[in-house]
Amino acid sequence: MEASLRAQRTAALLIFAFLSLLAVSSSAAQEIQILNAERRIDLSSQIAIVFLTLKVENTGKAAASEVLLSFPPTEADHLAEVKAQAASGKKRKKTHVPLDVKPTDVPDAPKGAKCFRIALLNPLSPGETSTIEVLYMLTHSMEPFPAEISQSEPQLVYYRDSAYILSPYRIKQQTTFIKTPSTNVLSFSRVEPTNRAGMELKYGPYEDRPAYSFSPVLVHFENNNPFAVVEELVREVEISHWGNLQITEHYTLAHGGAKLKGVFSRVDYQSRPGASGVSSFKNLLARLPARVHSVYYRDEIGNISSSRLRTDSRKSELEIEPRYPLFGGWKSTFVIGYGLPLEDFLFESTDGKRYLNFTFGCPLSGTVVDKLTVKVVLPEGSKDPSAVVPFPVEQHMETKYSYLDVVGRPVLVLEKKNVVPEHNTLFQVYYSFNPVFMLAEPLMLVSTVFFLFAACVAYLHIDVSIRKR
Amino acid sequence: MASPESAVNGPTMTAGAASKSLRNAFGGVIAFIILVLIGVLAFSIRLFSVIKYESVIHEFDPYFNYRVTQFLSKNGIYDFWNWFDDRTWYPLGRVIGGTVYPGLTLTAGTIWKVVNSLNIPLSVETVCVFTAPIFSAFASWAAYLLTKEVKGPGAGLTAAALLAMVPSYISRSVAGSYDNEAVAIFALVFTFYLYIKTLNTGSLFYATLNALAYFYMVCSWGGYTFIINLIPMHVLLCIVTGRYSSRLYIAYAPLVVLGTLLASLVPVVGFNAVLTSEHFASFLVFIIIHVVALAYYIKGILSPKMFKVAVTLVVSAGLAVCCAVIAILIAVVASSPTKGWSGRSLTLLDPTYASKYIPIIASVSEHQPPTWPSYFMDINVLAFLVPAGIIACFMPLTDSSSFVILYIVTSVYFSGVMVRLMLVLAPAACILSGIALSEAFNVLTRSIKFQLPGIAGNPSIAVRMWCIMSTSKENGSSTVVAPNDIPKTEEAAKEKPAKKNRKKEKENVEKKPTPSKTEKRLLVLPLEASVIAVLLLVLLGAFYVVHCVWAAAEAYSAPSIVLTSHSNDGGLHVFDDFREAYSWLSHNTDVDDKVASWWDYGYQTTAMANRTVLVDNNTWNNTHIATVGTAMSSPEKQAWEIFHSLDVKYVLVVFGGVVGYPSDDINKFLWMVRIGGGVFPHIKEPDYLRDGQYRIDAQATPTMLNCLMYKLSYFRFVETDGKGFDRVRRTEIGKKHFKLTHFEEVFTTHHWMVRIYKLKPQRNRIRGKTKKSKSSRSVSSKRDVRGKRNPWH
Repeated sequence: MEASLRAQRTAALLIFAFLSLLAVSSSAAQEIQILNAERRIDLSSQIAIVFLTLKVENTGKAAASEVLLSFPPTEADHLAEVKAQAASGKKRKKTHVPLDVKPTDVPDAPKGAKCFRIALLNPLSPGETSTIEVLYMLTHSMEPFPAEISQSEPQLVYYRDSAYILSPYRIKQQTTFIKTPSTNVLSFSRVEPTNRAGMELKYGPYEDRPAYSFSPVLVHFENNNPFAVVEELVREVEISHWGNLQITEHYTLAHGGAKLKGVFSRVDYQSRPGASGVSSFKNLLARLPARVHSVYYRDEIGNISSSRLRTDSRKSELEIEPRYPLFGGWKSTFVIGYGLPLEDFLFESTDGKRYLNFTFGCPLSGTVVDKLTVKVVLPEGSKDPSAVVPFPVEQHMETKYSYLDVVGRPVLVLEKKNVVPEHNTLFQVYYSFNPVFMLAEPLMLVSTVFFLFAACVAYLHIDVSIRKR
Repeated sequence: MASPESAVNGPTMTAGAASKSLRNAFGGVIAFIILVLIGVLAFSIRLFSVIKYESVIHEFDPYFNYRVTQFLSKNGIYDFWNWFDDRTWYPLGRVIGGTVYPGLTLTAGTIWKVVNSLNIPLSVETVCVFTAPIFSAFASWAAYLLTKEVKGPGAGLTAAALLAMVPSYISRSVAGSYDNEAVAIFALVFTFYLYIKTLNTGSLFYATLNALAYFYMVCSWGGYTFIINLIPMHVLLCIVTGRYSSRLYIAYAPLVVLGTLLASLVPVVGFNAVLTSEHFASFLVFIIIHVVALAYYIKGILSPKMFKVAVTLVVSAGLAVCCAVIAILIAVVASSPTKGWSGRSLTLLDPTYASKYIPIIASVSEHQPPTWPSYFMDINVLAFLVPAGIIACFMPLTDSSSFVILYIVTSVYFSGVMVRLMLVLAPAACILSGIALSEAFNVLTRSIKFQLPGIAGNPSIAVRMWCIMSTSKENGSSTVVAPNDIPKTEEAAKEKPAKKNRKKEKENVEKKPTPSKTEKRLLVLPLEASVIAVLLLVLLGAFYVVHCVWAAAEAYSAPSIVLTSHSNDGGLHVFDDFREAYSWLSHNTDVDDKVASWWDYGYQTTAMANRTVLVDNNTWNNTHIATVGTAMSSPEKQAWEIFHSLDVKYVLVVFGGVVGYPSDDINKFLWMVRIGGGVFPHIKEPDYLRDGQYRIDAQATPTMLNCLMYKLSYFRFVETDGKGFDRVRRTEIGKKHFKLTHFEEVFTTHHWMVRIYKLKPQRNRIRGKTKKSKSSRSVSSKRDVRGKRNPWH
């Protein structure tokens, strides 16, 4: 039902695209054409990873300083990350230079399409060509069908895309490769020429497609990889200038795949591990920084005993099992906390400010985070916090009161939706801090004890009786 | 606690003995340090559960208390009083604010609030886990104060040290055992201390404090009735033995008036404080003490002759009034079915009551009478020291020591009725053992000191010390009871009675000349004997310590929601199935789903899984529990009907057959049958027994093999090992292959300990089929069985 509806919608979009193409073909931005485009879509995990190699030519008269990318509305919502780099040189000596990608609005784009602007390093002079490599990731782009499966069935998913690359430019030649996790592909749309060999589907090559060409394709295949979705993750990074960095991560984990229909039988699950519950998962791996200490793994009703920590000098790996194996639609919540030595992450910048250098994303490998909140709790008394994050995030400030705080600690809150492992990059939080504030709490305690004793001494020396003895 | 006191005592010392006062101050500081260490000991010996397991709430009732505390800390005190809990006893619900003893919850809630207002972010759970150890430290300090009032600081310290680690108390107050008893024992001992203190000083200040402590005790635990019966008994004893004094009056009368007023402020007690028989003794004694006080007063103002006349008058009039009052009382009491006593109190008076009439009380293991080994387990060597302590209390029998004797005697009786009341015995045993040990050490060390050549160089001290002992032996009670009769000078009021004794005795010593020295020497214990006796006593104490540490570490620290076992290679295997199941319920079922299980798991389900349950550990509604018991012991279809009529969506059973967990539902099943059969007579216990034996193997009765509990426990169990061998019952199960028609398995934990089933939805009606099934059943049996079977139709 929904599938056909969607097909209708995309068909409508297609017609619209052609109409709009006629209208805009004369505009100045169109003076670029793509000579060759190759798209490789990797569907072997729950994240669709797409490598796009574009060979761009400037056909106009003026130099072009930017290249536009566009995504259909179905993908636009699921787009987690877009990266671009310029490739130059031959195969062996290829050099890659990352390019700046920014979302933009193109007035003549089809309705709902989302466009990105890739700023080129050197403007492309007329007649010149350049190769751009684009990497983008789509989350929740595989739809389980059937939406409910029993324990013994494998998980089948739909993947929807277009046979032609949606582009604001004319594409001379294009090919799309789709890699599936297994050879079990139930069906796929054909837009000739279409080939299937083993785990790979090949659409194309298609010659000379106009701008905003669109031809919906649907692939139905088996994907038993764990669809581990962290619906919400709150990471709290607390800086203590006494030498510790305390991380607390609150997870709301769900299995985003096909829902479990009917019964869960432990007998089947335990006696036939290969055949029963293949799409379920029972453990996850968290990659933590090296020198991690006092790790805990618990939920609101206590410690969860099924975890293992492996540490070496370069990294730590925490293997965790939720309390129960997660089947489609099941949820679980838990907290991971650990401490880290501060000197590995806190540095002093040249202007006297301090900065924290820490990873942004979710340490659980292979998971998608729908909503990530990173809270950096700065020490009491620190001022002017500012964050440097390599991708757009929402920011605001909070105040947190912790151990014996008087004025509270400033908390810098960074929020981002749709986070994939690619976002596990470093970010920096700069702030200024006067070390005198470190002494505030010890002095407070000492003076309290002092006054307590002073009061005792005073009490013992004062005679409060009304009558003299 | 001791240092201010030494300072208070300081000025009362004579000016000449500067070194003595210094030594006293020194002693006070040492006593203070010892007390602090005892507090640390009491706290830390209870942390084994946190170290061996984790910081988690234990068992069943603590989960309820924890949940209530969470509610309190989130919603505030007024919402707490008005809290109607719809998560439990579905569809009845429970008025939590009016049916719970709020002391523990308010205590932990207050601690949490104070700590958080200081910006120390402790979670409610952490506060709850550590409330019990903190209060056991308080309890041992209270024991110190109480024993000090009775027998002096030495005995006090010993008693405090013993109480800090008595296994009986540890069993209810390890970290995580967040139960009423944890704070109630402190309140109990502290109330007794304040009563004794008032009795010794006659101070109205302490009497008021006593009423407040009693109020706290009423807030905390239903065991407050023990106080309100024991104190009147002691007062009566004092009056009968001719020890009436104005101090006794001050100790008792304000307690009854203020205490009863305060007690009726607690919602769960309310008018029970004046209406139930548990409290009548206190009012009766209240009347008696006033009559006695009046008699003493009249005796003081009238001449002996006039007094006699007055007595005859009053007695004849009084008897008539008394008879009338007693007749009314008896009529009132007799009109209520339980004679005004609650079921649990009646069980105390008649130990066989519960097993005869209330299976739900009898089914709880902590309400069973204890066995002899459990005495040894719970109070260990104290059991042997207590008699010595009683004797020591008699040696100078004072008001306070007679109270302690009365306390031990009554608590021994109560502990003999219910295992759980061993907890009341423990402080009494510690106090008396503390007295015994301290007296024994006193005698023995003095003997040694007297005979040691090094110290004999300073004979005056030794002789004086010896003479103290001899005087107390020779002119026995006359000297020692004397302090009660000393006129109350201001100075004496400040002093402790023990001190007074000693001072008085010192005066005696000074009066007595030394010639009897040789004669007294003969009474000294031989040096070798005393040294050996001291060593033996130390050894005894060491055994006690070893036993207590063992009990704390091994026997009483298991939180019972997490189980561990040691594998052959020394590894630790954790069985965390309960929390696995509760966590699954809380995340993967709808928030308003109703979960049926046996009442044991009610509190945990509401607290950990946050789902509505039919019955829980509060067990106030026998019928409702019997309904669940009936459903569990009925065949599948009838059970489905009962559960369906109660909106149940999930049924949870605990099954230990795979890993050998003995306290599972199959082993508790006979109680379900008994409690169910008690209300719905079509459930008959003999139907589930083969020749009086409870079995689940091939010999089991068909009723047993077809009941819901059997089916839910053993569904597809045979597929685990091919034979269906139950590791708890050590037998192969009787019925191995069967299908469920009205229930479906939705979750089973890793070790199969908790199995959760879902009620299948009602099947679509097919006209031909329903007719057929209806006609197949015999009409007559259907009519009379159906009517009773499901009380909710």
